[in-house]
Amino acid sequence: MSHGPGTAGGATVKERADLALNNEFLRKAVKFTTERLKNGKLKAMEEHGNWEEWRERGRQIRLHTIAHLDYYLNMFVENARANGVHVHFAETAQEAVDISLSIAERKSAKSVVKSKSMVSEELHLNHALESIGVEAIETDLGEYIIQLAGEVPSHIIIPAIHKNRFQIADLLSEDAGEKLEADTKILAGYVRRRLRAKFLEADIGMTGCNFAIAETGSMVLFENEGNARMVTTLPKTQITLMGMERIIPSWADLEVMATLLPRSATGQKLTMYMSGITGPRRAEDADGPDEMHIIIVDNGRSLQLGDPEFQELLNCIRCGACLNACPVYRHIGGHAYGGTYSGPIGAVLTPSLQKNIAEWDDIANASSLCGACYEACPVKIPLHDMLVYLRRRKVEAGYGNKIENAGMKGFATLLSKSGRFNTVIKLGKIGQKFISRGGEIRLKVGPLAGWNTYRVTPTLPKKSFRQQWGTLDAEIRNGLQEMSPDIKKRMEHAIKDRAKGGGHGHGHN
Amino acid sequence: MKVSLFITCLSDAIYPRVGEAMVRLLARYGVTLEFPTVQTCCGQPAFNSGYWKEARATAKTIIDAFEDSDFVISPSGSCTGMIHHYPKLFEDDPAMLERALALQSKSFEFTQFLVNVLGVTDVGASFPHKVTYHPSCHGSRLLGVKEEPMALMSKVKGLEFVPLPHAEDCCGFGGTFAVKMSDISGAMVTEKSDHVKETEAEVLVGLDMACLMNIGGNLRYRNEPVRVMHLAELLYEGVK
Repeated sequence: MSHGPGTAGGATVKERADLALNNEFLRKAVKFTTERLKNGKLKAMEEHGNWEEWRERGRQIRLHTIAHLDYYLNMFVENARANGVHVHFAETAQEAVDISLSIAERKSAKSVVKSKSMVSEELHLNHALESIGVEAIETDLGEYIIQLAGEVPSHIIIPAIHKNRFQIADLLSEDAGEKLEADTKILAGYVRRRLRAKFLEADIGMTGCNFAIAETGSMVLFENEGNARMVTTLPKTQITLMGMERIIPSWADLEVMATLLPRSATGQKLTMYMSGITGPRRAEDADGPDEMHIIIVDNGRSLQLGDPEFQELLNCIRCGACLNACPVYRHIGGHAYGGTYSGPIGAVLTPSLQKNIAEWDDIANASSLCGACYEACPVKIPLHDMLVYLRRRKVEAGYGNKIENAGMKGFATLLSKSGRFNTVIKLGKIGQKFISRGGEIRLKVGPLAGWNTYRVTPTLPKKSFRQQWGTLDAEIRNGLQEMSPDIKKRMEHAIKDRAKGGGHGHGHN
Repeated sequence: MKVSLFITCLSDAIYPRVGEAMVRLLARYGVTLEFPTVQTCCGQPAFNSGYWKEARATAKTIIDAFEDSDFVISPSGSCTGMIHHYPKLFEDDPAMLERALALQSKSFEFTQFLVNVLGVTDVGASFPHKVTYHPSCHGSRLLGVKEEPMALMSKVKGLEFVPLPHAEDCCGFGGTFAVKMSDISGAMVTEKSDHVKETEAEVLVGLDMACLMNIGGNLRYRNEPVRVMHLAELLYEGVK
C-alpha cells in the first residue's frame, strides 16, 4: 500500500513528529479541539447513565457481526441487489479505484461531489479522478479546507483539526478571491454558497458509509452539515465506498451504534443528520439518484479475519475517540502517523492492512502504551495490546532494529539471573562515579542523550534493596507485631476465594 | 502465610527506600514480607518492545521466585500489570501457562493489597503538606487501581490534597518509548510537570517509581523544588 501524501515532510515517525512538535499553531489547535471533544464525550457518557452496558452491547454486536461476516455480507449484498443497487467487490485499493473510474467514464462525468469517506482517502481516489479529467470536490467543511490546502486529513472525523480559524480564513479567502473575516459564521456561509453550485452541477455523488444494514441492504450515513444528504440526492449517479467490515445485522443494532458513535465522536446525543438509503430513486420518490453503486473494499481488511490478535480491529466504528484521548496524538497531531488513519487506531490499522512487514515503518513505537485509547473506545478494542503484537511481529519476522536486538539479548542474559543483575548494579555504581555530580547525572551523551535533554538521571544509591535486605529483615523480625485476627481472617479468605476462581482480574479481561 | 515482596528492578537498584517503607509499614500489621533474592526484572522492557523470547526468560525467573508464595506484593502497578501479561506470553506452553495464571491471581500492587486484602485505609499517618497525585496508567487503567490510593490519602491527617489537572494523561515514560521517541516523551513529561507546578503542591505522590523518576527528573531539570515520593514512603513517613 502506498503511504501517499501523508508521509510528506518526513520519512520516519520521529522526523514527522519533530515537525509537529516544533509547530506551536498545530499543537495549540490540536490540544484545543481534542480536549473539547474528549470532555464532550465524558459529559455525554455521564448523562447517558448506563454507558458501560451499552458499550459492552456495542462490542458484542461488532464481535458477532465480524465473526459471521461472510453470512451478513452475503445477506447485505443480496438485499442491496434486490433494491436495485449495483454491488461491486474490490480486493485491492487499485481495483476500487478502477471500478470508480470506469463508472465515471461510462457516465461521462465531469465532476464528483464527495462526502464522509475515509475509504476514498485510503484509495487516494481524488488524484485518480483528476488524472482522467474529473473534478472531485470534497463537501464536508473540514475536508474542503484540507483539499484547498493540498493536504490529507489529520483526524478521522475532524480532518482540519490541525488548523486554526485564521489559517482557515486565509485559505478560504484565497479560494473566494476576496478577504473573508476569520469568523466561523462568515467562513461557513461562504463554503455553503460555493458548494451549493457544485452540488447542482455534479454528475456523481460519492460517499462513504457509517453502517451497512444486512437485513434490508441499506446504508446509513451520520453527518452534521447536511451535505451528505445533498450528495446522495442531487446527482443522477451515486457511488458508496464501504469497507467490508461496515456491516451490522439489523436496524435494531443501529440504535446501539447511533447511541455510541455520536457521543464517542463529539459528545452529541444524536448526529444532526442520519440518512438511511435503501437503493436508488423509486418511481414514487421525489428525489434521489437514478443509479446507485456500492463498492465493497477489502484492501487488507480480510487479513485480520481469523487472526485472534487482530480480528477485533474490524470492530472499529471510526468515531475518533481514541485520537482525542491519546496523549501522543495530543502533541504530534495526525500527519505524523504517516497514513490515512491517524492516532492509536491508525498506528495499528496502517501496518495491519499491509501484509508486507518489511514495509512497516516505526509507527507502532510511537506509543507509551498508556491504554487511554482502549479506555475511550466505545467497542473496547485493545489497541494498546495490538501495538505490542505489531512490535513483536516485526521482531519475529527479522525486521527489529539491530542495536535493539543486541540490547534485548543482553537484557535477557543479565536480568534472568539475580547474580548477574547484582553485577550490573555494581558496575553501574563504579561507572556513575565518572559522570555524576551531587547525586545526579546531567550528561547528554550516548543512550542518556534523549532522556537527559528533558530530565536529570538519578544515581544508584550506596546499597541496593537486596544489599540492605539482611539487616532490614533481622530488625523487623526482632520487633515483630502479632497479626490481628481480623487481618489474618481477611488474608485467609482471599486465598480461599482465589481457589474458587475468584480474586481480582486484569481490568480488560 | 507467605507474603513476598516483588521489589521490581527499579526500586531495587535506584529506590530501595520504597521497598523499605513497604516492609516497615506492613510489619505494623504483623505482615512480615519475605524477599526471594532470586527475583530480577518482570521483563516488561523486552515484552513491550516485541522481544517475547527474551521476556520469557525473565518471566520464568519471576515465576520460579514466587512459586510458593501466597501473596506477591509490588510497589508498581506496571510491573504487577506485566505479571498479568504472563499467561499471554506462555499461551502455547500449558505447564508454564498454569504457573503464570497462579502467579497472576496472587499478585497485588501495594495499595491493592493494603486496602482490598488487609482492609486498611487509615494507617494512622500524619503528613501536614500540600500533596498532588499522578495516577499511573498501567495501575489505574489496566489493574483498575483508582479508589485505593484516594482512600488511603483521605485518611492522612493534615494532608491537603490538590487534584492534578489532566491527571489521567500519561507522563510520557512508556519504558523504551522515552528513549526511542525521546522528543514526544519530552513534550509529554514537560506538560505533566507544568500541571504539577500549577497545583502548587509541595509533594507529588504516585504508585510507580518509573513514572515518578520521569516526572521527578523533569522537575529537577527545571529546578522545581517539588518533592517526589511513592505513596508507601509518604505513609511510612507519616507514621514514623
